[in-house]
Amino acid sequence: MRRRQFNRALAAAGVAAGLAPFGMVRAQARKLRVGVLLPRSGVQALIGQSCQKGADLAPGVIRQLLGVDIEIVNADTESNADTARTRAERLIQEGAHVLVGAFDSGHTAAIAQVAEQRGIPHIINIAAAPQITEQGYKFVFRNFPTAIDLTRNGLALMGEIFRATNTVPRSAVFMHVNDTFGQAMAKGVGALLPRLDFLPFKVLDTIAYDPAARDLTVEVSKAKAANADFLMLVCRLNDAIILRREMAKQRWNPMGIISPGSPGLYEEQYTRALGPLAEYAICNTVWFNPKSEMTKIVGAAFRKQNPKDVLDFHGTNVGYTFDAIMIAADAFKRARSTEPKALADAIRQTAIPVANRMSLGGAIRFNPKGQVEGNLSAAIQNLKGKPTVTLPAEFAEAKVVFPQPAYKKA
Amino acid sequence: MPIDLVANVVIAGVLTGLVYGLMALGLSVIFGVVRVVNFAHGEMMTIAMYATVALFAAFRLDPFVAVVPVAAAFFVFGYALQAGIINPFITRPEHAQFMLVLAIAIIMVNGLLMAFGPDARNVQVDYQLESFALGPVLVDKARLYAAGTALAVSAALFAFFKFARIGKAIRACADNYLGARVVGLDVKRYYAFTFGLGSACVAVAGCMMILLVDVSPALGPAYTLLAFVIVIVGGLGSMGGALLGGVLIGVSEALAGLFITPSAKSMFSFGLLILVLLFRPQGLLGRKP
Repeated sequence: MRRRQFNRALAAAGVAAGLAPFGMVRAQARKLRVGVLLPRSGVQALIGQSCQKGADLAPGVIRQLLGVDIEIVNADTESNADTARTRAERLIQEGAHVLVGAFDSGHTAAIAQVAEQRGIPHIINIAAAPQITEQGYKFVFRNFPTAIDLTRNGLALMGEIFRATNTVPRSAVFMHVNDTFGQAMAKGVGALLPRLDFLPFKVLDTIAYDPAARDLTVEVSKAKAANADFLMLVCRLNDAIILRREMAKQRWNPMGIISPGSPGLYEEQYTRALGPLAEYAICNTVWFNPKSEMTKIVGAAFRKQNPKDVLDFHGTNVGYTFDAIMIAADAFKRARSTEPKALADAIRQTAIPVANRMSLGGAIRFNPKGQVEGNLSAAIQNLKGKPTVTLPAEFAEAKVVFPQPAYKKA
Repeated sequence: MPIDLVANVVIAGVLTGLVYGLMALGLSVIFGVVRVVNFAHGEMMTIAMYATVALFAAFRLDPFVAVVPVAAAFFVFGYALQAGIINPFITRPEHAQFMLVLAIAIIMVNGLLMAFGPDARNVQVDYQLESFALGPVLVDKARLYAAGTALAVSAALFAFFKFARIGKAIRACADNYLGARVVGLDVKRYYAFTFGLGSACVAVAGCMMILLVDVSPALGPAYTLLAFVIVIVGGLGSMGGALLGGVLIGVSEALAGLFITPSAKSMFSFGLLILVLLFRPQGLLGRKP
């Protein structure tokens, strides 16, 4: 080949490449590639692995229900926001059409930035920090309550618990993790609590602590010294276990532990690590709808894939992760394209009825900010080694126990 | 602030600090004699914690019993590590030693991840959730036993270096490398022995620490850093300094958590480190170079 021929060939190749936009190549794909980002190792590994179970069963169930082929590409955020960001970049480079994840608000915020910059839809499975959907992002969608909604629902359920048990606790000590999620929840509690007249208690002390703390002696000593009737807790999993053990060591038996909406207390590892100490903890949080048709279908797939696991321990993580992938698949089916903008437009038009979602709430519809409103919470209490729905009454599996039997008035 | 609350927190800080001190003691002994900074120290403690968990799971061996086989195994491991890998690096530049030990640390963390996965593990002994009540003050049983063991092991180590023939020989090697060789001491063998002793120390600390915290592979680097803070505060190479540094860090973190905010606890140990570096760079009980 002579020099001129070579130059012409090179120019032709350049023009051809320029005329074949990236999106057009993507649009030809028959499968939707879903990049799933979760903290499968590090301090949040257990919850990340629990969410992963929802992602693992999604392709089979969705193919059966929608006739859509999806391919899950997994990435481990290692419980670290920087890693979450780089993994999101890599998933996009590897051809992910949509991102799902990532359980933690801090990690999710980092992924959302990447998704927005690269113009790839990001559907949040679990993350409550309100600011994520307040940035004016066009490619970020969340089917999970914001911390404010989560707190509002959680505090309302607290009132229901006190009414149902005929108790009037006068004081609480509020402990929360000081990560993005914990701080968002604390802000929510601080803003909402003074306005909720139906709640009879005052917060005597607020104690923030490191979610990666190895020792919570000082924190629990301080909380115990507040001499409050009950502990209001926003936690993660490992810290919740350490904290409960420390409460036992310090012989602190308040009326109960109630979370206005956080993970930790209802997880399998919490019960496994603590045994009887795990009993009676209450978490007013998002949950899966035990009566929905979708729960039955997903539950069957879950039991097939995880014969040793109990859905009750994983239902929320599985449900919200599955629903996020379902939203992506539903949009792909309607858009008939993997082109990012078409997918984002289709996600914006989502209207999944209650019966077709696993998580507890109304129909899945995104508001102009990309946020689903109307996700509900339930009061979940550990009873006989199992997280049990105790309120609202229409979903209740057992009556709520409050105060806990070991309660000793100080 | 109620006095019993302060007393509870200070006692917990002192007891935890003693276990921290024992961990740092191993690092200080190794540096004081061999003059190699063991950047795999926290990782070694993490392995000891996993070994205790494994022995408990397999034979229901209480950590206070497991301490004997784990410390013995770590003595052999430390001896072999020094004799086989670190001794050839003794006369090489410090950055080469640093890279060597750091590589060993990384291998240890990844080995633990492969063997045990990322999940936190612990042991569940009967007395773990119990406490002694001294009036309004509650003393955590496991923490008290762990601190007592740390004190006993530290005392034994002091006595060994002060009175035992081998201990005296090791001190001679530390004081004057050339002089020790001139009088016929096998310096490299004593170095290996010292590394073994330091490793056994950290193994005992690991067996005690598993009673206080859950172990995961990611814990190693955090404890290496903590051990460094402690020995720099106490004085690198000083055995008494390591114990003092441990207690100071334990108590300062506890009090900072109580009086300021719990989430800023570790900030105060680093604040203490900066103060010591500014006003007494050799550490509280360290000797001037």
